[in-house]
Order: sequence, then C-alpha cells, then structure tokens
Amino acid sequence: MIAFIVRRMVQAVVVMLVVALLAFMMFRYVGDPINQMVGIDTSPAAREALRQRLGLDDPMPLQFARFVANAARGDFGVSYQFKQPVADLLAARLPATLELSIASALFALLVGIPMGVYTGLNRHAPLAKLFLAVSLVGISLPTFLIGILFIFVFAVHLRWLPSFGRGEVVDLGFWTTGLLTVSGLKALILPAITLGLFQMTLIMRLVRAEMLEVMRADFIRFCRARGLTARAIHFGHALKNTLVPVITVTGLQLGSVIAFAIITETVFQWPGMGLLFLQAVQNVDIPIMAAYLMLIAALFVAINLVVDLLYVVVDPRIRLAGRAT
Amino acid sequence: MSELPAVAPRGRLADSDLLAAFLRSRVAMLAALATLLIFAAAAFAPLIAPHDPYDLASLSLLDSLTPPAWRAGGTTTYLLGTDDQGRDLLSALLYGTRISLAVGFASVTFAAVLGISLGLVAGYVGGVVDAVIMRIADVQLTFPAILIALLIDGTVRGLLPGLTREESAFGVLVLSIGLSFWVQYARTVRGSTLVEASKEYVLAARLIGLSPVTIMARHILPNVLGPVLVIAAINLALAIITEATLSFLGVGMPPTQPSLGMLIRVGQDYLFSGEWWIIVFPGAMLAILVLSVNLLGDFLRDALNPKLR
Repeated sequence: MIAFIVRRMVQAVVVMLVVALLAFMMFRYVGDPINQMVGIDTSPAAREALRQRLGLDDPMPLQFARFVANAARGDFGVSYQFKQPVADLLAARLPATLELSIASALFALLVGIPMGVYTGLNRHAPLAKLFLAVSLVGISLPTFLIGILFIFVFAVHLRWLPSFGRGEVVDLGFWTTGLLTVSGLKALILPAITLGLFQMTLIMRLVRAEMLEVMRADFIRFCRARGLTARAIHFGHALKNTLVPVITVTGLQLGSVIAFAIITETVFQWPGMGLLFLQAVQNVDIPIMAAYLMLIAALFVAINLVVDLLYVVVDPRIRLAGRAT
Repeated sequence: MSELPAVAPRGRLADSDLLAAFLRSRVAMLAALATLLIFAAAAFAPLIAPHDPYDLASLSLLDSLTPPAWRAGGTTTYLLGTDDQGRDLLSALLYGTRISLAVGFASVTFAAVLGISLGLVAGYVGGVVDAVIMRIADVQLTFPAILIALLIDGTVRGLLPGLTREESAFGVLVLSIGLSFWVQYARTVRGSTLVEASKEYVLAARLIGLSPVTIMARHILPNVLGPVLVIAAINLALAIITEATLSFLGVGMPPTQPSLGMLIRVGQDYLFSGEWWIIVFPGAMLAILVLSVNLLGDFLRDALNPKLR
C-alpha cells in the first residue's frame, strides 16, 4: 500500500518536472523575454543589465532549476500584457473558474447518475430512449455551439437568465463568490449546465452500461431471493457496484471540465482563468500560458493521484492485490 | 490465423458484411448521404457559390445584414442573407465548410502519419525509444486536446511573429490539431506492431536481411492499418470540432478567410440584435456535419468490431 502510494508520488513528480521543462522552454525560447518586458526605447546597456539581473545568461540547467524553484513558490514572473505578477492575476480569477467547475461537476453527477440508473433499469422505456438520443446529440455538438443555443433560447428569447458575466459578487477577502447573491446564482446556471452537459451524458451512459452489467450478476439474483425491496437492490447494491468507474471518470473529467471552462468562459464572458488564458494565447503572453499549463498539470496530477487512492478505498480487491505484491 | 498472415485489411473493409450492415442501418445511410452532400458542396464551392466571399472589392456595406430571401427585405441575390460586411452568407458558408473540412482532413492526416510512424518505431524498436515515446504519449493523454492545441497555437504564433494570420493560420491550425491527436494512433499501432513483430513473416523478412525501415513500412504497416482507419474516421469529427472551437475562440482562421467556427464567432455578436441568420446557418451546418461524420464513424467502429457482432 505504502509502496504503491510512493510509486504514484514519484510518477507524479516526474510528470510535473516534464511539464515544467516544457513551460520553461516556452518561456525561454518563444520570443525574447527581455524584448517583451522593456519598451523599444530601452538602451542595449539597460537590456543587458536586465538580462544579467534575471540570470538569463546563466547555464540552462541553472536557469531551469531557478524556474522550478520559483514556480514551486508560486512565482511565475510578470505578464507581458498586464505588467502584473502572473500569480496575482491567476489568483484573482481562480474563484470564478472553481465555482463554475464545481457547479457543473455537481450538475453532471446529480443529473447524470439518476438518469443513468433510470435508463439502465428501464432499457426499453420511451423516456430512456429519448435520454439516449439527446445524449448522443449532446456528445456530438461542440460546447460553444450548445452555449450559444442556450443563450439564444434562455437569454434572448425567454429572457429568464443573464447571458454573460458573473452577476453581483461578494468579496470575502480571500475569495470572491457569486454564490451569495441572486444575480450571481442566476448567472451561474447557464454556464454551469453548458460546461457540465458533456460530463453529464458521459456519466449517464457509463452508469447505464454498468447498471445493465451489474443487474445481470449473481449477487443481485441473490438479493432478490433474500426478498429485498427493489429500491434496496437498485440503490443499495447495484448502484454501489457501479461507482468505481464513475469515480474514475468524474475525477479524470474534473480536469477536462477546467480545460473546457476556457470555451464556456469565452461564450459567457465569465471572468475566470480560462478567459485569461485565452487572452494570453491571443496575445502570445507566454508567462501566463506557462503558468496556466503548470497549474492545470498540477491539478491533473493531483486528481489522478486522488482517484488512484480512492480506488484503493472503494475497491477492496485492489487493496488486497497491493498487499500481496 | 497464423497460416494466413497477410490478410489485407482493405479486403476486409470492402467485405460484403460491411456493405450489408450499411444497407441495413438507416441512420448510417442518412449520415452518409448528408456527409457526401456536404463534402461535395465544399469541394465544388467555387463552382456553386453565387459570390466570391474573398473578393473584398465586391463587398458593399450597403448590402450588409440583409435577411434571407424569404424574409421581408431579403433579395434573391443573397439567398441566405448577408453578414455585417455585406458578405453573401451562402457563399461564405460554402467556402467556410471547405476550409473547415480542409483543416480537418489535413490535421487528421498529419496526426495519423505522425502517430503511425511513432507507434511503428516504438513497437518495433522497443527499449528506450519505446519508453520515451510512450511516456510522452501518457503525459499528453492526461491533458485535453483542446488545451494542447491552444498552447501549441500560441507558441507557434510566438515563434513566427513575422507571418500574418492569413499566411500562417492554416498551417498553425493543422500543426496544433495534429499534434494534439497523434497519441491514439501511436498507442493502437504500437499495440498491433508488438503482436505483428513476433510473427513468422517478420522473422523471415529479418532473416533475408531487409532493413528495419523496409520491414516496418512494407510488411508490418499494411497489417496494422485496419483499426487506424476507424480512429481516423472518428477523429475527423473531433478535428472539425477543434478547428471550429479554435476559430470561434479567435485563434484559428482569420476573419477574411472565415471557417465555420469564425462565422459563428461573427454571428454571436448579432444574437441580441435580431440578425439570427448570421449565426444559425453556420451553426446548423457545423452541427449537421459533425453529427453525420460522428454517426458514420460510430457505424464503422461497430461494424468492424467483431466483438459487437
């Protein structure tokens, strides 16, 4: 068990170092950092001084080590466009993105699992077929098109919900939240559903497939023989046994939720990290791109690690296998 | 199976089983029809399109935001209406589909060639080369393709500051989409290469002294291509979506050579002012295109997968 954890930790560190190397190469070799930081009227001598001060003449391994050390402390340099520390910019945008991602993940789980259970138990019901057909369309259409469709229907036509921004936010000092105001909550609905739709259909199909599989298993027949109620069988026994893949997929998808937030945030002008990253890509603002890459990588690696560890908790077979080796 | 090592995958593709399954599936036939129509419209766009959307001189701002022909104020000159610059939407749509498909095909081809080559080398050579290629694939697979495409897009444009969007957009798109989709091919090909490399015909080829490159390209490659074709079919829809997304986000095709994604981006600004046609037609076109290519890919995958028969 401990050997397993240690091995996964080492893997995680290696992945992070590879990503850091990529980010470093981007920062160092895409364009000249000095040119980006100073104005055109800066003299060559001043440029050289800045180059010296930033250590850009040092040997590459030393520069890379410094880059990693700085990144570990949360120092990603200064944005070319905004002339502000990248860490501050990202930190200011983090709450918006996290609230959006978590809301959409909750939506995907709370709607996807019941729909999956329903379609798995009532395979041939018309409603189940409708769910499946809609989910196929949902998987096929690009996120931004779905978002625009929602805006068109719910914001332009019905005028129920706002089409852009976060609404009123409350500043808690360390965190700005839109969850405490009515307009903030209303503004959250459309982006969260847009972002969560793909995950929802994925979870639904997964739960459905697993339910179909599990309901055929012997232990379910045994439950029936024991005279358990249908409810106890479906939710107590069958659903529980479908949860391992659901945990994995949801966990792994949490990362892509945050990545796809780039698109959703653009459609809804949601002031999160994704929008910041996109502006950085448009303007080739390498420090922000590098920092975002590192941040997302750290998130992915952490999620993968947690999912692997959760596996061990949920599925005793893995625990036993780990002990045997 | 080992007695008949060289069953060409092409023969299996054209097998009557596939055709029979196709004729039985109404969805597949409908999807194929829609795909063919759209492909043809895109291929012959210069012949069909009533106007040349790239000819800036022919654009007239007086004609801008004309509604479709069947609405009040519309004219038959512009069947589907015009956009904010007076560009004929039907022509822009045809040319836009052409660009979207061109980027899609080019990037799928690029990804497939890259992935197949790396997969072959990893599977056949093995050792350190294999480990390095597959670790890179593992790391890349953890990230969503769209994020990788965005990063490569930004980086490449940073490396080529001298080029204008018009000159570089196509290449940058193909490069970034291709580089974000190669992993699947590499993994599949590596897997089948490992199986093939242990077979007797490969041993025989090595015994008569053929070079590794010849063995990989002439002998193993034809035997591992089958599954790759299915991946390519499914990836085409993904590539089209990725291109549309990148263009929609403003880092893809320039406004002067709009792809479907760029047309939708332009149309989004007019969502609130009532000029719905600017966004609805490109949006519907993209949706139908992606849906039919997807359905066709799914059909191919199911029909060629003996486990599901």
